[in-house]
Amino acid sequence: MTMSTKQQDAQVGTRLTDEDILVEVRNIKKYFPIKGGVLQKTVGQLKAVDDVSFSIKKGETLGIVGESGSGKSTLGRVLIRLLEPTDGQLIFDNKDITTLRQRLIRPIREDMQMVFQDPFASLNSKMSVEQLIEEPLLVQGNLAKKDRKQKVLAVLQKVGLRKDDLQKYPHEFSGGQRQRISIARALVLNPKFVICDEPVSALDVSIQAQVLNLMKDLQEDLGLTYLFIAHDLSVVKHISDRVAVMYLGRFAEIAPKRSLYDNPLHPYTQALLSSIPVIDLSGEQARGKEKIKLSGDLPSPASPPSGCTFRTRCPKAHDRCTIDRPELIEIDEGHFVACHLYDRS
Amino acid sequence: MQTLNEQDINADGHVNGSMRKHRSPFQLSLRRFLKNKLAIVGMIVFFIIVASAVFAPLLTEHDPKAHNLLKVEQKPSSEHILGTDSSGRDNFARLLYGARVSLTIGISTMVFTVFLGLVFGTLSGYYGGKVDSIIMRITDLFLALPFLVLALTIIALLKKVTVGLFVVIIAVTSWPTLSRIIRGTFLSLREQEFVLGARVIGASDFRIIFRHFLPNAIGPIIVNATLLMAAMIIVESGLSFIGMGIPQPTPTWGNMISEAQGLRILRYHPEAWIPPGLAILLTVLSINFIGDGLRDAFDPKSDRR
Repeated sequence: MTMSTKQQDAQVGTRLTDEDILVEVRNIKKYFPIKGGVLQKTVGQLKAVDDVSFSIKKGETLGIVGESGSGKSTLGRVLIRLLEPTDGQLIFDNKDITTLRQRLIRPIREDMQMVFQDPFASLNSKMSVEQLIEEPLLVQGNLAKKDRKQKVLAVLQKVGLRKDDLQKYPHEFSGGQRQRISIARALVLNPKFVICDEPVSALDVSIQAQVLNLMKDLQEDLGLTYLFIAHDLSVVKHISDRVAVMYLGRFAEIAPKRSLYDNPLHPYTQALLSSIPVIDLSGEQARGKEKIKLSGDLPSPASPPSGCTFRTRCPKAHDRCTIDRPELIEIDEGHFVACHLYDRS
Repeated sequence: MQTLNEQDINADGHVNGSMRKHRSPFQLSLRRFLKNKLAIVGMIVFFIIVASAVFAPLLTEHDPKAHNLLKVEQKPSSEHILGTDSSGRDNFARLLYGARVSLTIGISTMVFTVFLGLVFGTLSGYYGGKVDSIIMRITDLFLALPFLVLALTIIALLKKVTVGLFVVIIAVTSWPTLSRIIRGTFLSLREQEFVLGARVIGASDFRIIFRHFLPNAIGPIIVNATLLMAAMIIVESGLSFIGMGIPQPTPTWGNMISEAQGLRILRYHPEAWIPPGLAILLTVLSINFIGDGLRDAFDPKSDRR
């Protein structure tokens, strides 16, 4: 494959100058080998992330939504190099980090952090809050003990915990508070970019809002850039500037938040949006909108349907969808969709 | 007095309110362990056995290795509390000094086995892949051969077995079981989010193993180590009983019981073989109770009561 076509593909999603862009993902793929047989030969490939490109501006939040198994978490983990990409290019802060060795990745982790989904599994239960938040500083920096303690205390207060929480252990906290500890742990290194892998989906709805608002405030204070992964469209709407909808390892649609929520183009996005329950006592809104129900399950990423991967569940599928795989095309300013319905060529 | 008490309560109330002492998971485990009556009884019994082994010279003036062919197979008397054996050695002294050997073997075999098991289990469970395959095939090799047969073969090949050598033989033949347990624990930990989290902050392998894996695997390791120790004491007695363990005249409990292979002693001198038998029983039982207590303490969910 020639370089020029790769770069052309990479333009999809944004038209920005290099200085503005913090993260750029070009044609990233992550295939997991499926082993079988007596000799454990590779008999197939599970395409968890299949050719995804996007970029994120400094200070921006890109939300990624998709159902379980759509590859959104894998994408996040590839981005932070917890998983090795099968193909493609990752550019972070104008540095190509795709093939950096683990040893050289370490210093970059200072600028790139992650908040995990399950606040009950993501904190080592044998460490006190102080040890937990201090650990990144121990690993990365060469700060004196006094400075470390100071930083820990500062970030602790930033995420809304108190000084006497320092000596406590994770089992003494609720889910929301634990997620605050996770956030503090991620932020203590002053990263530029934070990948949030469903940080609120394990929390109660009332706590979700608190944590989301905290993350928003922190973004403003510290100039953070987020990649926000979620399966909940309303959560993503609350925090994102742009939203990408992922289906079976590929982007179905990527657009600025307003544009996506007001004018969803892809049938999958339309179905997702219509499934958000609306509390509307007068019933006016409900009458105007009809619910699109999707039948069936997500097909296996090990043997995705030919052509458009969504065609098996798409209410508007036609002949071409079985043959051609739709590429992302720009319909509106910054609004890209991968659907043959909008392809006028 | 009355006012003092009230003050105490107030102070307590204050302490409880804002600056309550925060207990680490380890401290919580310790508290659960201390509440387990059976485990505490086990601890006390084990402590008494250890103390009598350590202070053996204070409890008897007889030399456990000094034989006196003029005083063979004597009945208990004020001089020889448990009589003498077929070589005229004092049974009580041998019981006490035997505890030293048996416990030393139990503890040092356990330590050595745990060390080997930890090294190989960690390499296997943490790095996975080829390293894992190779180590696991080696453990398969060991596990495929019956432990006792393997140990007996090695002992038979060696001319003279000393305590140190015995420990090495037993440890080398029994680490695979433990390393499998540790590997399994590590494999399950490897996919936990907090380990991924440690990787994300850029922690080194060394740090991940020692700060994240081991503290979370310490429960199963300690529990298996204690149970292993009890098993090792039995193994030593068993091998000594059939004459393949520590050779005479070194006193061990197994050596003492092997005296009872003669029908005469079995029949007419129960005082020679019942005490070492009881000693083994009590030691192994108390260690097992401690091990069970530790299991319940580290993993409250396993509590079956």
